[in-house]
Amino acid sequence: MTMAQDDAPLTTMKKGDPADAAAQAQIEPRGDTLIGRSVTINRPRDELFAYWRDFSKLPTFMDNVERIDVLDDRRTHWVVKAPAGRTVEWDAIITDETPGEMIAWASAEGAEIANSGRIDFRDAGARGTVVTATINYDPPGGTIGKVIAKLFQREPAIQARRDLRRFKQLMETGEIATSSYTAAQLAAEHDDDREHN
Amino acid sequence: MRALTWHGKHDVRVDTVDDPEILNPRDAILKITSTAICGSDLHLYDGYIPTMKAGDILGHEFMGEVVEVGSGSTLKKGQRVVVPFTIACGSCYHCGKQQFSACDNGNPADNQDIAQEVYGHPMSGLFGYSHMTGGYAGGQAEYVRVPFSDVGPIVIPDGIDDDKVLFLSDILPTGWQAAEFAQIEPGDTVAVWGCGPVGLFAVQSAFLMGAERVIAIDHFPHRLELARKFGAETINFEESQTYEALMEMTGGIGPDACIDSVGLEAHGMFFDNIVDQIKASTFLGTDRTHSIRQAIIACRKGGRVSMPAVYGGFVDKFPLGAFMEKGLTLKTGQTHVQRYLPGLLNAIMEDKIDTTFLISHRMGLEDAPKGYEMFKNHQNEVTKVVLKPGQTFAA
Repeated sequence: MTMAQDDAPLTTMKKGDPADAAAQAQIEPRGDTLIGRSVTINRPRDELFAYWRDFSKLPTFMDNVERIDVLDDRRTHWVVKAPAGRTVEWDAIITDETPGEMIAWASAEGAEIANSGRIDFRDAGARGTVVTATINYDPPGGTIGKVIAKLFQREPAIQARRDLRRFKQLMETGEIATSSYTAAQLAAEHDDDREHN
Repeated sequence: MRALTWHGKHDVRVDTVDDPEILNPRDAILKITSTAICGSDLHLYDGYIPTMKAGDILGHEFMGEVVEVGSGSTLKKGQRVVVPFTIACGSCYHCGKQQFSACDNGNPADNQDIAQEVYGHPMSGLFGYSHMTGGYAGGQAEYVRVPFSDVGPIVIPDGIDDDKVLFLSDILPTGWQAAEFAQIEPGDTVAVWGCGPVGLFAVQSAFLMGAERVIAIDHFPHRLELARKFGAETINFEESQTYEALMEMTGGIGPDACIDSVGLEAHGMFFDNIVDQIKASTFLGTDRTHSIRQAIIACRKGGRVSMPAVYGGFVDKFPLGAFMEKGLTLKTGQTHVQRYLPGLLNAIMEDKIDTTFLISHRMGLEDAPKGYEMFKNHQNEVTKVVLKPGQTFAA
């Protein structure tokens, strides 16, 4: 493991293996691919945490996620869009949580794709709250690997960034911006996302 | 509804398309009563702006009557409003600082990627102007969907003609901001490059802000004549040497503030056609980036340069040495339209600013393609084309 030489986030490392470093530092299970994104949202930390803590609401701004069923206080069931009308599903467990500050979760034993994530909320004074999402996943090989790769898009970091922007829009403005001008276009836009995934 | 749609270079058509609908709580739908063709629309017309798609509805200078509102809109049916071309949410950090064109949320999440890659940060959404700035349908149509209608549109009192207030949507606040960015002090001499709509409004604004003299620079005689009507002295750069003239007219000092309103006059983005841009500026005798170079060279020591002119890509031979050695200040940016609307509406109502002088042609929506063609090919006479959906005009 390469030790960080500066104060920049692990996800911005040029050398070494950021996934490896992060997996050892904070996230279980270990995966090959790490993505991390921060966004500053002009709302109080507690409000953002409360919204995120209800996993069933996350598909509102996560375009790839069809729905998340809340099984109990710690367990959730994720249904994620895949190409050709397919879906991929897994159970996830909240592995760590500090109210108002962070939530960490990981896929349960036997998931098609081992993955984990955490979301951190940090006060940013007059600017609101810095929200950092870190996702770690391990795409398997073979056909399912390809499906999974598409599922997380060619550029998973872009998907994370887009989802966080939508979260920010929803929290700051109460709605998610769209340039569609008919309901049919808006629906097609969502189908389009699915096609490209 | 009928709408002016883009299909490619020099190919705009009036098509029948779907009517817009309320999609978000803060939306409103307007029935358009007046909408102008902007100089920057010509860059779409000329095919210079990337990320356009066939069928895109153009138009970012428009006003109309509210016909439908979402639950979060503060507008009421029947109100007449002018809509800013910048789409801003009113609730993010930048909107809180009145930097509306830097709004974090006006541009849909997926569309923000392009600008983030090219400029480092995404900017606000814009109506009718490529998918990099949101891909929003514009107002050269019978109807338009206006997002964040509780923040942008300004309600126009009854009895004020469309033609007097239409330019609140873009070019008047753009000219005003240009003068504000020049940080004019009483007694200043201000030089304005380009006497298009923005330049002409900058001339008026500069005088209102206390400039003693304004020197307007262009090569279209009719446009220079308009500047002269507002009290500006003029330089026709085809007749005179601009730098030498400015120095002599200011007793060897140079203008205290310089406003470059030539540029590409586009709200647009030229990042991936830099080669075209270089070609374009090579062929044009008045090389667009020349104006900002000249402004920096002519500006007095310790002076201010304001650049409302839009540049999208990279500029070669920027006189960084002159800029540094003379200790100049440069301010620029897309217009924070929402910031200026109440004050400018008042100025119009008190007859402090004249807006209607600019309109040279009025047409029905169906004639819009002809309007584009005329605006492009006859810049001296055609200063502004205003389309009036639902009205017909004698040819």
